[in-house]
Amino acid sequence: MIVVVGAGPAGIAAALRVHECGAPVTVIDDNVAPGGQIWRGDSANAWVRRFRDADIAILRGTRVITGDAGAQWLLLEGPEGARKISYSKLVLATGSRELFLPFPGWTLPGAFGAGGLQALVKSGLSVAGRKIVVGGTGPLLLAVAAYLRQHGAEVKLIAEQAGIGSLAAFAGTLLRRPKKILQGGGLALTLAGIPYMNDCWVTAAHGDGRLHSVTLRRGRKEWLEDCDYAAIGYGLVSNDELETFLGPSANIHAARTGEVELSLIEGEIAGLEAAGRGEIAASLCGKRDKARRFAAAIDATFALRGELKSLPDPGTIVCRCEDVTAERLRDFTDSRAAKLQTRCGMGPCQGRICGPATQFLYGWKPGSLRPPLFPASVGSLLPLERTEP
Amino acid sequence: MPEMLLVRVNGREIRAPSNATVAAAMIGAGELIFRQSVSGEPRAPLCGMGVCFECRVTIDGCAHLRSCQVLVREGMEIHT
Repeated sequence: MIVVVGAGPAGIAAALRVHECGAPVTVIDDNVAPGGQIWRGDSANAWVRRFRDADIAILRGTRVITGDAGAQWLLLEGPEGARKISYSKLVLATGSRELFLPFPGWTLPGAFGAGGLQALVKSGLSVAGRKIVVGGTGPLLLAVAAYLRQHGAEVKLIAEQAGIGSLAAFAGTLLRRPKKILQGGGLALTLAGIPYMNDCWVTAAHGDGRLHSVTLRRGRKEWLEDCDYAAIGYGLVSNDELETFLGPSANIHAARTGEVELSLIEGEIAGLEAAGRGEIAASLCGKRDKARRFAAAIDATFALRGELKSLPDPGTIVCRCEDVTAERLRDFTDSRAAKLQTRCGMGPCQGRICGPATQFLYGWKPGSLRPPLFPASVGSLLPLERTEP
Repeated sequence: MPEMLLVRVNGREIRAPSNATVAAAMIGAGELIFRQSVSGEPRAPLCGMGVCFECRVTIDGCAHLRSCQVLVREGMEIHT
């Protein structure tokens, strides 16, 4: 049995390739339906339809809480409780999450991630008539702003931290990719009239129990903008916890993910390799390398400016699970010491939010991983007792 | 159009489309406080995709569920 973890673009592409090769495949996914974040709630998407039509087994609402790369099994927790699953080959297509940088007020209800607010709208939230400030960095901000506006929101502005110089260089890259220009052109039409401010970022959110305004900075200018919601994200972080925990293995094929085209091709290659069709996988590497170069150009364009490291005030919460402030983290030099003494990163998200933030703010390497990789009930861990004396 | 369902948040009735998650239904109905943080701050969803655990609520007696990853069901009882 080949097992694929993740049913976003990469996982769907991998599972379809395995299925086409005639091998049995099971997909494990945390969400209520296949499609990942990009196709969340989009059951009409061609890839999602192909996946559904192929009738591939999928365990929804299910997380991997631990596993053993040597013995080739995973322990899962889902709606029906816990179960162990064995694999011959494992494809990891666990996708990405957003990078969030702490700033004063970012814990207020109404301050969402950029992709975060979009995911909620894709999940049925109405934003009609809501005033929203979109901020952070990357091409996702444009997609999010266009999406929110299509759903009736009043997007007040897009605050992009990247400078005009790198954006201009990026525009040059786009000129060599006509398909991307069409995508960008469509977005530009939707966004017409929304101010897109480069060298600009949200320095604080304000409100009493819920967000009602944000402070923006651009050069020497600082001003207040009233809004119902803020949607702020600083790019993507790979969900690589499971891959890191399991360690390298000849039976594990990990798909690097990011932009949808990259995710699809990486997924196809990982699926083909898992199915033992390395020769077909090799024929796709040229396409993959092109997608990787484009991803690298995006990363370079939207590299985070150093000034963002001074976003948190001493009293700003950095670890939202354990309410650890920037002030309490100031004297530590690594995540392990900070974790032991302040509980930073020890809450239910297990450092998935504050880990990448402290890496950017303080240069800390991610802390070591221990099972369970997601919070799990004690009952779910019992199958381990029975099989491992 | 999806069917509209009735659920209760801390006893208050709200309506939501059947394809909505609990988090989306709650925010849409103005229920923006999902939990109290360890120092007593009100909190609401951040990531919208099951990673941050800020949207944890009790659903039909089951505590600590991520409301962004659970679909609404008719008659569901949600407590923050």
